[in-house]
Amino acid sequence: MVKSIMIVGVGGQGTLLASRLIANVLQNKGVDVKVSEVHGMSQRGGSVVTYVKYGEKVTSPVINRGEADIIIAFEQLEAARYVSYLKKGGKMIVSTQKIDPMPVITGNASYPEEIIEKIKALGIDITAVDALDSALQAGSAKASNVVLMGVLSKVMDSPIEAWMKAIEECVPAKFIELNKKAFDLGKNI
Amino acid sequence: MKKLMLGNEAVARGLYEAGVTVVSSYPGTPSTEITEFVANYNEIKAEWAPNEKVAAEVAFGASFAGARSFFGMKHVGLNVAADPLYTAAYTGVNGGCVLAVADDPGMHSSQNEQDSRHHAIAAKVPMLEPSDSEECLLFTKKAYEISEEFDTPVIIRLSTRVSHSQSLCELSERDEIPNKPYIKNPAKYVMMPANAKSRHVFVEERTEKLRAYAETSPLNSVTDNNTKIGVITAGAAYTYAVQALGDSVSYLKLGFANPLPVKLIENFAKKYEKIYVIEELDGIIESHCKNLGINVIGKELFGYLGELSQEIIAEKILGEKLPYDEFSEAVPVRPPVMCAGCPHRGVFYALSKNKIRVSGDIGCYTLGASAPLSSVDTTLCMGASVSGLHGFNLADPEGASKTVAVIGDSTFMHSGITGLVNIAYNQTNSTVIVLDNSITGMTGHQQNPSTGINLKGDVTAAVDIESLCKAIGIKCVRVVDPYNLAETEAAIVEELSAPEASVIIARRPCALLKYVKHKPALVINDCKGCKMCLKLGCPAISNKGGKAVIDAVQCVGCGICSEVCRFGCIGGVN
Repeated sequence: MVKSIMIVGVGGQGTLLASRLIANVLQNKGVDVKVSEVHGMSQRGGSVVTYVKYGEKVTSPVINRGEADIIIAFEQLEAARYVSYLKKGGKMIVSTQKIDPMPVITGNASYPEEIIEKIKALGIDITAVDALDSALQAGSAKASNVVLMGVLSKVMDSPIEAWMKAIEECVPAKFIELNKKAFDLGKNI
Repeated sequence: MKKLMLGNEAVARGLYEAGVTVVSSYPGTPSTEITEFVANYNEIKAEWAPNEKVAAEVAFGASFAGARSFFGMKHVGLNVAADPLYTAAYTGVNGGCVLAVADDPGMHSSQNEQDSRHHAIAAKVPMLEPSDSEECLLFTKKAYEISEEFDTPVIIRLSTRVSHSQSLCELSERDEIPNKPYIKNPAKYVMMPANAKSRHVFVEERTEKLRAYAETSPLNSVTDNNTKIGVITAGAAYTYAVQALGDSVSYLKLGFANPLPVKLIENFAKKYEKIYVIEELDGIIESHCKNLGINVIGKELFGYLGELSQEIIAEKILGEKLPYDEFSEAVPVRPPVMCAGCPHRGVFYALSKNKIRVSGDIGCYTLGASAPLSSVDTTLCMGASVSGLHGFNLADPEGASKTVAVIGDSTFMHSGITGLVNIAYNQTNSTVIVLDNSITGMTGHQQNPSTGINLKGDVTAAVDIESLCKAIGIKCVRVVDPYNLAETEAAIVEELSAPEASVIIARRPCALLKYVKHKPALVINDCKGCKMCLKLGCPAISNKGGKAVIDAVQCVGCGICSEVCRFGCIGGVN
């Protein structure tokens, strides 16, 4: 049985680090893991998607519509964009942060209202958290990604020590304590 | 324990384990990380070349001298390197020589969707196609054996999903391969007509030997699931097919993209009632099967556009679709944008404001085509901004005073210089703007010959762009700071009205470079709602109820918005 986790957000929000932390945790479980990411153009403030899949044997590294067990959205509009990728009965974790895309900034489109309520209305199990606020409490707005990993850790059956080890291995030394604090804040939301 | 590796990292590991000693590449998404990972191995002399043609010639030179060598690039880079490749196919190698080319189906970060398998067929060289990181490592090592056994360059074909997916790899020790002795052999290495004629005979014979090899090579594998349907597939498409179809079909997975086997395919096809060919982009395997008289179903179902997926395959072959919910209203697109503090922004604002036509190029600054700046008129390929501007001005000399070329520092090094030589030599009144942000930006900050630092991080000679332009014969060369809008705009207006060719170097390092010190975020006081600052397309500025607001997290204090605000509302924190 292959499990699929999808991370969606805006280029520059740290989705790649999040996927590396998850992959690091999973590798310690001794299962097959594949992570797929897109670099280049999409990093320049565009919509970014990363896939993490694990299980006995993973073949395709990408996740298609109706396939994700969990979607972690770093931004509300991106949650709306990728809701169709969630499996029926899947779980969504969303940061309440909003970042206007250029068509909204220039007045050519409007940012939808009450996105979280509308996703809830589809019958989807969604947890909304103010990850940015927790990240600021931990010491940096950039740690929102690790706050969300703390939230994710509550629905994945991996020990906290594995997450701590992942942070130690994937984050530059001077930011380890800050990120551990961010993770803790996310876990306790 | 197995290591989780990016496909590109696994290719790099394969190069290390195969005893490669010389690597030369030009960055290009999705191939760039191969060479960045190679740079971590002290045993390998690894370099960024100014372009792919140079990289290829460096690698072939190293091979002739006896070393195992490599060059890597994206699909369009192989067009640039095609000239040396097509003749190195005749000379063959001394030390093994392998190249990796990364295609980009779906065009995540490319200007076209070409299928590099055509190059292997046209150049008559073998091509291997891995489908995950473990195969990237194994196929890379195998490629050196094939290269030396058959006396040929070998191509590894990657794609975005193979290059940029991580999967588990088993690592081995490095084989230290000493250089083969170099023996002068003009009949093999001097490709003039008399010698090349006999080498062409060799090439044709080699292709038949390689085809015979491909018939039994373990790189091509059959999985017989005792089914009625057979699927012939390769690369990333194989992984999609296995997820979508599981053991309800049987598989022929082709690791050899060129030459394609004949008997292996005929024998596979005989066993099943129905044969599907599942391949991304062009129908190369499909055409091969049809030429053999095998009735296969492929492009009529899957088409030629974009990436395949398990979703498409399940729907087309099984008629099955997973259920899912959709958001109830339109979701605005989120296109990539120039970063807050991007030094290119000021130049494009000045060009847009003066309604200047822009011959564009490949890099972050291609985003100057997007709203709201909507500045760039044309983008073709690396270097085409400069040579294309010359053609534009030949065709419309009157328009020369309202047309410029824009090209980044790395792209200028890649293939802009020759275009500038042409402008000076053939004398059009052209204005070229070099957007010198002191780095190769779009591919993720690679050094280039104008930055003064090499791939290994050592300080080295830096091309002096001003002196270079003057040496070429351009008399008007000036440098501006693109954060200074007034100066930048004045320079553009003056040079466009000057009666000779000129180069403006807009110099300011990329705002994302670690050594760049940022100023504190700006604030908007008492906004009048004129929306001038929103015309800059800065992601740090948004419109909240008719008033512009600056996001302090994103803003790097570049100050361009304060220069365009007519009411002086934008400034530092009080």
